[in-house]
Amino acid sequence: MTLKTQEVRVTEPTAASVPGTDTPGTAPSNGEHSAIRKYLLSRGSSVFVDKSFRWLMILCALSIFAIVALILYELIVRSELTINKFGLSFFAKTAWNPIENNYGALPFIYGTLVSSIIGLIIAVPLAIGLAVFLTEMCPKILRGPLAFLTELLAAIPSVVYGLWAIFVLVPILRSHVNPLLISVFGWSGLFARPDYGIGMLAAGVILAIMILPIISSLTREVMTAVPHTQREAVLALGATRWEMIRMGVLRNARIGIVGSMILGLGRALGETMAVTMVIGNRPDILRNLLAPAYSMASVIANEFTEAADPMYLSALVEIGLALFIVTIIVNALARLLVWAVTRGAPARVA
Amino acid sequence: MASQYQTTAFTRFRRTTANHMASVLAVLSTIIVVAPLVAIFAYLLYKGASSLNLNFFTQVPAPIGEKGGGMANAIVGSGVLLAISSVLGVPIGIAAGIFLSEYGRGSKLANMVRFTADVLNGVPSIVMGIAAYSLVVLPQKHFSALAGGVALGIMMIPTITRTTEEMLLMVPHAIREAALGLGVPNWRSVLSITLKTASPGVITGCMLAFARVAGETAPLLFTAFGSSFFSTSINQPIAALPLQIYVYAISPYDEWHRLAWAGALVLIVLIVVSVSLVRYVTSRGVLKGAS
Repeated sequence: MTLKTQEVRVTEPTAASVPGTDTPGTAPSNGEHSAIRKYLLSRGSSVFVDKSFRWLMILCALSIFAIVALILYELIVRSELTINKFGLSFFAKTAWNPIENNYGALPFIYGTLVSSIIGLIIAVPLAIGLAVFLTEMCPKILRGPLAFLTELLAAIPSVVYGLWAIFVLVPILRSHVNPLLISVFGWSGLFARPDYGIGMLAAGVILAIMILPIISSLTREVMTAVPHTQREAVLALGATRWEMIRMGVLRNARIGIVGSMILGLGRALGETMAVTMVIGNRPDILRNLLAPAYSMASVIANEFTEAADPMYLSALVEIGLALFIVTIIVNALARLLVWAVTRGAPARVA
Repeated sequence: MASQYQTTAFTRFRRTTANHMASVLAVLSTIIVVAPLVAIFAYLLYKGASSLNLNFFTQVPAPIGEKGGGMANAIVGSGVLLAISSVLGVPIGIAAGIFLSEYGRGSKLANMVRFTADVLNGVPSIVMGIAAYSLVVLPQKHFSALAGGVALGIMMIPTITRTTEEMLLMVPHAIREAALGLGVPNWRSVLSITLKTASPGVITGCMLAFARVAGETAPLLFTAFGSSFFSTSINQPIAALPLQIYVYAISPYDEWHRLAWAGALVLIVLIVVSVSLVRYVTSRGVLKGAS
């Protein structure tokens, strides 16, 4: 009876019936089928289903390659107009004039690079400090909650960061931080009036807050991958805790830390909404970091829906193409560096 | 020669000071990192909770200048977009995860798939928007919920793939062997034994991916486009919560800023709940109990 019910449950109509092939060499000697043998025969072979299931899974996995290739293809096709007309000079010109159909991406590249670098300069020391604290110094009770808090920081949507930046961060910068920067570093020309609050520096600060969790969680992962014997050896030589961290941990983990920095850079380069909301959106290349600027992702976000002219659209798609290729290279590089250190343990989803 | 190894009072002082300085700096940077998070949450709760009411969930946006109004259409729109994206993203993501953990473990192809998924995870969301625009919007010749769903669906795949793989790897080998030993075909063992055992983890992984794309604005700007009307049609432009927050945030009206904060609070609550759930499942070993 139990066999009967199981049979109903397990039988697959699509299974090819190839009796005997699944258990060769066990043919009944006296012509009588045992109950188990009968059950196996009636069930048929699952070779065909097994194979097709396996191929279905492989196909889905391969579709990830297909998606990357498809995105690349679409971006190239849709930006053909400007690629043919301007060639590489597209990335060296500062003109952005939809009326005369003259396009150059340099101000956006400049804005993206400078805001990302400001973000990295602020985020990297803090992220390493946080990682050192969490892996080497933190009492066990605090470790879990703190790690969870930084994970939450990574999960907050970009638009919420932007909202917070507009109404909280920008007023703070305008009334407290920027006047100080102008009075202390004003001579360098990097900080000058007029100061609207929004601008390159505000974008850099919000980017720093956004990429911090990624850099710090990967740094932490790399630091925990350093074997304990390294720490013990340095401590046994009479090192203080900081010397142990510097020589035993950070020196061994440096490749992975550089990898996590590059990964943070990749995130910063492609960040759209928060930056669009605070960078000021003006395509100028200025030395003054407090002045409004523009980034590659922001120009796409702001102008894509109004780009009625095919040439205009093509210019925007080409900026997207550049962004795609650069972030792919940056991400691949970062993953390889992190893998080189944490090899063996599967990398976590960042 | 020997003098350079002798510890003088000064070097000892220098080393202990450096040690203390490093500790202080590490603690300080932790505080600086945690501070903005606390500030964001506190401000969100303060601003969002005061403007959140029943109207927010039941009414469509009021015309400019009028009081009241809500984001009912945006909440429904986000739901429609998430449904479309999960139809595309969840099966492919889970299947790719099954391949990585059950069939391709250690093979070159699996390593390449894993690597590509990680790289795809880092592609800016705005680029996904352009891709969906050129794949769906241009042939259709108008903005639609479908295009937004496709963009979000593609973004879900890498996250789901990697979490599914991680969860399946946590399933003990003995369970697979037991199933195969009972004569269960391999595909059946993968679906009904391995995947089922890991299902709490896989489901929370999907929720994590939902939470991530639920907050995405950039890919929706020129695919779903937004709308101030109630719509569930997949062929029409549709509103979405993050899109509405963006439009309201950059508007000059106080009433709209209020609604933006309320929307942000709803979004954050959704995300915090799913992230906490994922953490609970992965840390408390719910998987072991399920087997």
